[in-house]
Amino acid sequence: MSDAVFTLSEAVKQQILSEVPRYPEARSALLMALHHVQAEIGHVPINVQRELAALLGIRPIEVREVVTFYPMYHEHPVGKRNIQVCVNIACALAGARSVVRGLEQKLGIRVGERTPDGAYSIEEVQCLGSCGTAVCVMVNNLPFIENVRPDGLDELLRTVG
Amino acid sequence: MLERYLLPPEGADWRSIDAYRQTGGYEAAQRALQTLTSEAVIEEVKASGLRGRGGAGFGTGQKWSFMPKPGGPKPTFIACNGDESEPGTFKDRQILERNPHLLVEGLIITGHAIGARAAYVYLRGEYVTAFRTLVRAVEEARSAGLLGPGHLGSQREFDVHIMRGAGAYICGEETGMIESAEGKKGQPRKRPPFPAVYGLWGCPTTVNNVETISQVPSIIRRGANWFKTIGTPTSTGNTLYGISGHVNRPGVYELPLGTPLREIIEIHAGGVRNGKRLKAIIPGGVSMPVLSAEQIDVRMDHESLKQAGTLLGTGGIVVMDETACMVRAAIVIARFFRHETCGQCTQCREGTAWLYKLLRRVEGGEGTMADLDTINEIGGYMEGQTICALSDAAAWAATGFLRRFRAEFEAHVTGGGCPLPESFEA
Repeated sequence: MSDAVFTLSEAVKQQILSEVPRYPEARSALLMALHHVQAEIGHVPINVQRELAALLGIRPIEVREVVTFYPMYHEHPVGKRNIQVCVNIACALAGARSVVRGLEQKLGIRVGERTPDGAYSIEEVQCLGSCGTAVCVMVNNLPFIENVRPDGLDELLRTVG
Repeated sequence: MLERYLLPPEGADWRSIDAYRQTGGYEAAQRALQTLTSEAVIEEVKASGLRGRGGAGFGTGQKWSFMPKPGGPKPTFIACNGDESEPGTFKDRQILERNPHLLVEGLIITGHAIGARAAYVYLRGEYVTAFRTLVRAVEEARSAGLLGPGHLGSQREFDVHIMRGAGAYICGEETGMIESAEGKKGQPRKRPPFPAVYGLWGCPTTVNNVETISQVPSIIRRGANWFKTIGTPTSTGNTLYGISGHVNRPGVYELPLGTPLREIIEIHAGGVRNGKRLKAIIPGGVSMPVLSAEQIDVRMDHESLKQAGTLLGTGGIVVMDETACMVRAAIVIARFFRHETCGQCTQCREGTAWLYKLLRRVEGGEGTMADLDTINEIGGYMEGQTICALSDAAAWAATGFLRRFRAEFEAHVTGGGCPLPESFEA
């Protein structure tokens, strides 16, 4: 699907406009706005970035530099279920490397790739703030999946759906 | 006697405003707003000795006293730092998810102390459950008249807004967070001017960590003298220690500052897992230099850890057993800093990348003794040279592992690879 088909829906526009009055400057709503966009579209295509810029009264580059600075935003499509595995110290000690490798084998893709049907992608991420329940996995914008074990990946994928 | 005032007992649910009020919640805010002047609140917090729980340990009351007197030309704000991203740290999340009204009450009192118009709580984007829980608490507080115009019967207006970050560690740095909250890249600002002069939207701003603000209601309710009975003379009160890695019961434990590290590891966290021997401990998040097993009797307070050659940081303790390769631990941490450098300062942008490459080379068995010296040399260039402390942290972590476990690094060089077959993978 070409990015051109994506556009800011009326519902997302309203969500964004409801954030704006919290701040002295509309631009401050940008991070929250991008979360709303991504929740609906899954990524933040260039043309939507332009629409957002117009909505918040800033230049398109001021949106794009934010989209590309923050790891949680994706300019290009990721899998419908973007599986993010923490590989920082507590998770590494608990076998994060085996979790990543196991997911790569089961899904037939490498970190940073998407399955051909667009259903899954795998990302390595830095500390999610769940060190006491390592290995921690986050899928899209959902609450953490904690205590993931290298031998528990079938169950993980069932949970993810 | 051990007393807990930050987290509810196991199994208790304090998330609703009614449950929180039954524990005496919001009494301190009411008393502060109705009977105490701003100055009196600041003096009480100063007298308590409360130090920031975000990592730097700066005096909270002192920080507040840098703010201009209320009634100035610009509005003033609280920027509450909930961007908890320091690896090994997962304590603020406990407050946010289990006792959100404690934070809201702390914000109300802090707002009164510094005359703030509003508080902006910046939560890391990944804390989805914490975000929802806190949003609900703020809505409840607003409906109950604790926030908004004329809150708690005062003449003032004060509200709490919650915003989400998007995965950048650097936004936990106070001026990186301010830039991010303004809708920009989270690149730290040069100081001066400090946030108390030029913060959010150019207005005077106090930046406090979630746990720091959450200490305030108990100080106001029970007094500075009570607070000072907990901890050490210069590190007062309870704190939330997070403990993770190779222990039997990882988790967050609310204990006094100055608790011996041995007690936290062996008693609270149930000791090292699988009967293995302790090897290394990171005491306060990965930015803080590592300790070796022989240092386990250090007390977890600012002064004791400084004497031991490291820092308390966030109190996020990471325990590693005898199987763990110290070069790999250093690699994991160096990779993190390489990923998180914001790229503004050359020393940090280049240094983090080179530290990672050199450590990889050593781990792969292709390193030389000269590479080990180069790690120290690069670390030296990275310290004290940059806009913020990320560069220093990256340097301390790498050179800290090398200093404390030099023989193991050298064994990688002389043996042509990792001598620890059972180690975790980086």
